[in-house]
Amino acid sequence: MADTFQFDLVSPERRLASTEATSVLIPGAEGDMTAMADHAPVITTLRPGVLKVEGPEGTMDYVVTGGFAEISSRGISVLAERALPKGDMTQEHMDEMMEEAKNLYSKAQENFQNEPGPVDDAAKLMADMVAMGDEIGLSARQ
Amino acid sequence: MPSLKDLKNRIESVKSTRKITKAMQMVAAAKLRRAQEAAEASRPYTERFNAVMAGLAASVGDSDSAPKLLSGTGSDKVQLLVVLTSERGLCGGFNTNIVKLAKERARKLLAEGKELKILTVGKKGRDQMKRDFGDHLIGHVDLTDVKRVGYADAQGIAKDILSRFDAGEFDVATLFYSKFQNVVTQIPTAHQIIPASFEDGAEEGDAVSTVFDYEPSEEAILADLLPRGVATAIFSGLLENGASEQGARMSAMDNATRNAGEMIDNLTIQFNRSRQAVITNELIEIISGAEAL
Repeated sequence: MADTFQFDLVSPERRLASTEATSVLIPGAEGDMTAMADHAPVITTLRPGVLKVEGPEGTMDYVVTGGFAEISSRGISVLAERALPKGDMTQEHMDEMMEEAKNLYSKAQENFQNEPGPVDDAAKLMADMVAMGDEIGLSARQ
Repeated sequence: MPSLKDLKNRIESVKSTRKITKAMQMVAAAKLRRAQEAAEASRPYTERFNAVMAGLAASVGDSDSAPKLLSGTGSDKVQLLVVLTSERGLCGGFNTNIVKLAKERARKLLAEGKELKILTVGKKGRDQMKRDFGDHLIGHVDLTDVKRVGYADAQGIAKDILSRFDAGEFDVATLFYSKFQNVVTQIPTAHQIIPASFEDGAEEGDAVSTVFDYEPSEEAILADLLPRGVATAIFSGLLENGASEQGARMSAMDNATRNAGEMIDNLTIQFNRSRQAVITNELIEIISGAEAL
């Protein structure tokens, strides 16, 4: 059996998971990465996506947005601004998150007409949302 | 000397007051438990967050590229006080204590010639701050309709503060709230949120000793996380405040219930004495009437 390590998933409102895990798939801002035991220490920000945790007791999927993951010798902690078990994710949540992303996008377009940076960031956030929706089988109404 | 009827009415009214304060105490006790749970549930996030931020801030810290939210604007001319209080009264000195601390700070800043701006959250704080510093109030956040404080509420407040900061409206922001110690002790606290200061507890040692890879760069992560740090600080302030408020209300209502009990005892003694006096009087009248015949 593969080595296990301590995995914690916390959101500001509660602790969602604190278990032993063998591997964790993290939707990092610069691409997905799978971390296993003895991974090099990394801190990465998250993009909206699905976090897969594989442990001795099976696989758990969580939908996370915003925040960061800390991989250290003590284990992996993921701090997400919003986190939900995938099964609890409903169309309503999806719509709400999509709405937020859209607001951000239109605001960025207004405020930064001459700077592409923030607008691109907001557009990426929206695209990430849509991709996440596709992955978990919910439609992201545009 | 009040009449028997008056006394009876008094006793009845104090009794119903006691029932109300007793009920409020029990409601506060139930709410306190929930508020405490919420505050505890948020603690892991806040602690981890601050630990990571402290590590990040230490490594980027003094370089010129450090974001303004961390290093400040280079001046402390315009000060923003964010005063978190409750929406309801009848909770002892809870709001007054927070406001007192904020007012002290406000007077000190004005004496130093600083420019002062105040943002209030919670009706009670606004009312009290308005009396002395009405001209300095720049905004108010109403949470009357919010039954249970969520992270989204904190985010809303943080967004407001951050957009004001981006617009250059102030240099330094300080958060005022009450830290929950236990049911009888709540400590009014001032916490500077911009430029950010991160309290890091026991974990400082290994946070520094581990060398992390950062993805994307340290600066990018810091720029992404600092605004979230403001929201996190406000959220934990709101939750601590929620627990403190219920704790303060519980002990205030406990005192009120006990006082009402004492008052009822005293009034009952008075009532019995006057009743006895009336009876004695009547007897004397009957006896002296009979003797006169």
